[in-house]
Amino acid sequence: MAEIDTSSGGGHKKGPGVKKSKKLSTRVDLTPMVDLGFLLITFFVFTTTMSTPTAMNMNEPKDNDPKDQKDVKQSGAMTILLGKGNQVYYYYGILDPAKLSEQFKSTGFKEIRQLITDKKKATPINDLMYIIKSDSLSTFKNSIDILDEMSISAVPPGHYAEVDISTVEKTLIQKTEETNGIK
Amino acid sequence: MPKVKIPRKSTNVDMTAMCDVAFLLLTFFILATKQKPPEVLAVNTPASVSSIAAPDKSIMITMTAEGKVFLALGDDTKKGDIIERFNKSKGLGLTPAELAKLKRSEFIGLPANKIKSAMESSQVIPPDQMEGIPVKDSASNELVDWIRSVTDAYAGGDQKDLEKMLLVKGDNNALYPVFKQIKMAFKKNQIFKFRIVTNSKDVPKGSELAREAAAKNN
Repeated sequence: MAEIDTSSGGGHKKGPGVKKSKKLSTRVDLTPMVDLGFLLITFFVFTTTMSTPTAMNMNEPKDNDPKDQKDVKQSGAMTILLGKGNQVYYYYGILDPAKLSEQFKSTGFKEIRQLITDKKKATPINDLMYIIKSDSLSTFKNSIDILDEMSISAVPPGHYAEVDISTVEKTLIQKTEETNGIK
Repeated sequence: MPKVKIPRKSTNVDMTAMCDVAFLLLTFFILATKQKPPEVLAVNTPASVSSIAAPDKSIMITMTAEGKVFLALGDDTKKGDIIERFNKSKGLGLTPAELAKLKRSEFIGLPANKIKSAMESSQVIPPDQMEGIPVKDSASNELVDWIRSVTDAYAGGDQKDLEKMLLVKGDNNALYPVFKQIKMAFKKNQIFKFRIVTNSKDVPKGSELAREAAAKNN
């Protein structure tokens, strides 16, 4: 297929004065080309399947109607706050002004999964509620990560919600950031 | 007994056929895989365990790390309609030629009051030099108007189909308030479901979700 017929086949006779030239094979070693071909195939196969983007569903509540607002039991509530520098803060129940320092704890994204599962195990499923509040300096990644943590910990939909942060919580985050030296 | 003559054969294998196959496969893969849409705006998306594939036809809101917001209308059948509706509702006064020019641009990322002058000039502003759709606060959130044009254009169709097309693609480092304004823009138009573009990530071992998935398989 890839070689050209170089044998002079017989029919044509050369004259006595014509020098016989040395016949070189036109056979080319295709092995490196095959190697290259397969290398490129492997490259394309890997790069294309790895980078397929996925879509995460996002459901927002209708918050115009006060009837749709849900009361949450204090014992089943865990509030997760997202601050700057990938910091996570949390507290259980409602904030008690007298015991702020005990209640308000700081943690990170690595530890929060354990805390979420612990809370889930300790609470009857009907009372369970995670309240997620994002500070204005937290990033988009943080809010997606925490929602992802909810699905990783298999928290059923309707048992977590994003709520606007209050000024008390904002100042608490600021104070904690100052003491912990987070920029 | 006659001697059996074993002809000495060359160990050289003809690679031509294999080469043909290799390049045939290569061509197939190059042609069959969809080329990534040109990434004019560099956005590093966060990761999630979700396994739903992002749809090809989409209305995508892109949020860059600096907090600029862009709109990309991927459904060509409705794109002109959406742009025209926005033109009418905001009173931009674009001529048909300017509307066509706006339709040709992949990203919409200009404040409403600057669209007209940008379309009049012969130069095309590259998306990375646009200032983005203003979303600073709820009063000046122009994304609300854009999404209203989108919902109006799709009115009468299945709301679920539209919800599947709505994508938000954000950079890891974009700040939360910008994302909040995008959510507000959806909510104000009675859209409560949309999707976030993420990179896929494996379910962490030992997590509740992994256990649930294992229980389902057994």
